[in-house]
Amino acid sequence: MLWDALTLQLGYNATLVAVGATLLGVSAGVTGTFLFLRKRALVSDAISHATLPGVCLAFMVLVAFGGDGRNLIGLLIGSALSAWVGLLCMTWLTRHTRLAEDAAIGAVLSVFFGFGIVLLTVIQTLGVGRQAGLEGFLLGSTAGMLWADALIIAIGGAATLALVMIIRRPMMLVAFDPEYAAAQGVAVHRIDLAMMGLVMAVTVVGLKIVGLILIVALLIIPPVAARFWSERSDRVVLLAGLVGGMAGYLGAAISASAPNLPTGPIIVLVSFGFFAVSILLAPVRGVLAAVLRHLRFQRRVHIRQGLLAMAQDQTIYEPLTLRLLRRAGLLRADGVPTDAGRARAAKALRDEKRWEIVRADQTHEATAALYDGLRDIETVLTQDQIDEIDRQIGGPQEVRP
Amino acid sequence: MSGAEFVPLSLTPLLIGTFAAIACALPGNFLVLRKQALIGDAISHVVLPGIVVAFLLTGTISTWPMMLGAAAAAVVAVAMIEAIRRLGRIEPGAAMGVVFTTMFAAGVLLLEQTDTSTVHLDVEHALYGNLESLIWLDATGWSSLLDARALAGLPPELSRIAATLLGVSLFTWWLWRPLKISTFDEGFARTIGIRTGVLGFALVIVAAIAAVAAFDAVGSIIVIAMFICPPAAARMMTNRLETQITWSVVFAAISAVSGYVLAGYGPLWVGGIAAVSAAGMIATMSGLILALTALFGPCRTRTGERVST
Repeated sequence: MLWDALTLQLGYNATLVAVGATLLGVSAGVTGTFLFLRKRALVSDAISHATLPGVCLAFMVLVAFGGDGRNLIGLLIGSALSAWVGLLCMTWLTRHTRLAEDAAIGAVLSVFFGFGIVLLTVIQTLGVGRQAGLEGFLLGSTAGMLWADALIIAIGGAATLALVMIIRRPMMLVAFDPEYAAAQGVAVHRIDLAMMGLVMAVTVVGLKIVGLILIVALLIIPPVAARFWSERSDRVVLLAGLVGGMAGYLGAAISASAPNLPTGPIIVLVSFGFFAVSILLAPVRGVLAAVLRHLRFQRRVHIRQGLLAMAQDQTIYEPLTLRLLRRAGLLRADGVPTDAGRARAAKALRDEKRWEIVRADQTHEATAALYDGLRDIETVLTQDQIDEIDRQIGGPQEVRP
Repeated sequence: MSGAEFVPLSLTPLLIGTFAAIACALPGNFLVLRKQALIGDAISHVVLPGIVVAFLLTGTISTWPMMLGAAAAAVVAVAMIEAIRRLGRIEPGAAMGVVFTTMFAAGVLLLEQTDTSTVHLDVEHALYGNLESLIWLDATGWSSLLDARALAGLPPELSRIAATLLGVSLFTWWLWRPLKISTFDEGFARTIGIRTGVLGFALVIVAAIAAVAAFDAVGSIIVIAMFICPPAAARMMTNRLETQITWSVVFAAISAVSGYVLAGYGPLWVGGIAAVSAAGMIATMSGLILALTALFGPCRTRTGERVST
């Protein structure tokens, strides 16, 4: 069943939804990356909630003029207008009053959404009887998706992607260093508004599939997941698009494969799955990598300290150190150093002495800064330099009683 | 309007709405000042899976398990946000966005998967509550306020939200000094021995309790609005925290009362036939108040230090 869904064999509607969700996921992931790097991820929450009054007003206007209240283009235009108003309100509140951005986001989000709910109940009391579709915009409803709807989503998603590609450089500049961007003559405020406009476009396009409450997830989770895999912004953008697209595709397929699996929530959960894999398994920034790095560091410190203790004939009590030294073949089970162990220990002690000389010498200042008690001296000095230091230390001397 | 009509139908929703608004606005003051205003947003989203899980575990729609489930979900969410923020080195806003959307989606999915058609549990209810249905059927007029038998028939939401309001007020009053100091100068608070981490977590927990109790009665949209709008509006009115709290309580009460009245009777005045959503209207009113203070409030601008005379 799931395989059928994945290969688009589950009929017309499921195919439309899967294609639409994939395109939506790609454009949401790509657009959301800029928002995330600008550290304004939750602005999308305000924008998406602010679409509700517009949807309702558009519905009322359409009905008042005798049209079909469920005309998707009309509803989307309405939602875009009210999201834009909400966005302007939020920007105004942060720029011209003392409110911080988070309070402005929350205020716009709750007030617009509350007003939208009022309008929803007004529509219900109007007795038009066709408002059932409107509540679908809260959580998305893909059941009755038409070819025209899918076309709108595809065109909207593609247009958003194209716009992102056009203004990606100034957006990236503003995201990383707004002051520098301003000094370069980039209109930071205008770029910010453009970025928000793109987010708004994605939100509006996604209303039909995932709904206004959950579209935020598609804008935030794929970029956050992609960020774990790369330190290069262009790759993060591509990866976020990929993660978003795959989440959309897999989510739509899974939701089509069984009853009672609403598309929007499934897409969100699939993208969270990608996020969970990323945070755990990503090579450098992931949790597993961090744990391994920590263990490796711990091992190096213990072996180093153990070797120094062996060289000075001190007894080692620390069980982890003993275990590591034994496993490396440097220490016998009865606690006596092996030949290899004795050689390594002597080398460690000599290295320590060499470092001491390096650190005391002003001319080696830059090298001395690299000292961390673990680094092998051969990795920072040439053989000639080490020979010179060894001459200063001198050879082994007889111990006189 | 006569007492015989007002007391049973409107008094309890009005009181519940007002209490809920104030209970959320009090911790909201600190959250707004600490730039954690969106915690309320996150909590109100994650309450849904908590309630659904509690319903699945107990199989009934009784209140206490659900409130416990919601509170547990709030704690889980806060812990997850913190874990993602630290483990993944993700900025707090994005971490919050990841967690609350995922938990909300899980809640919706659970709700769809289980057969909840026999009980009154759906997403719409969670979003905008049912303030209008909290009526007091046993009352016959103002005299019922003194009638023990009628008082026993008060909606249980009223006593719960009143207790919550009392608890929140006590928390604010009891920890006033440490809260105030740590909100404005965390470093100083730490040097004089205030455990700011514990205090910050306690504040979030209190906010969660207020959110869950209010959510039970009035739905999540009011909760977010009341956490943010009245404190934000009060912030435009004054530079003193004491005055700000007073203003926020006043604004919360005004929004609740005017919103309820407008939702219940407004449509009738303009010739409509039925009431509109009270929760939505209360949120809208709080937004209007915020808009007015943002335009005309004496301390609305960032540099707007009012000259003391």
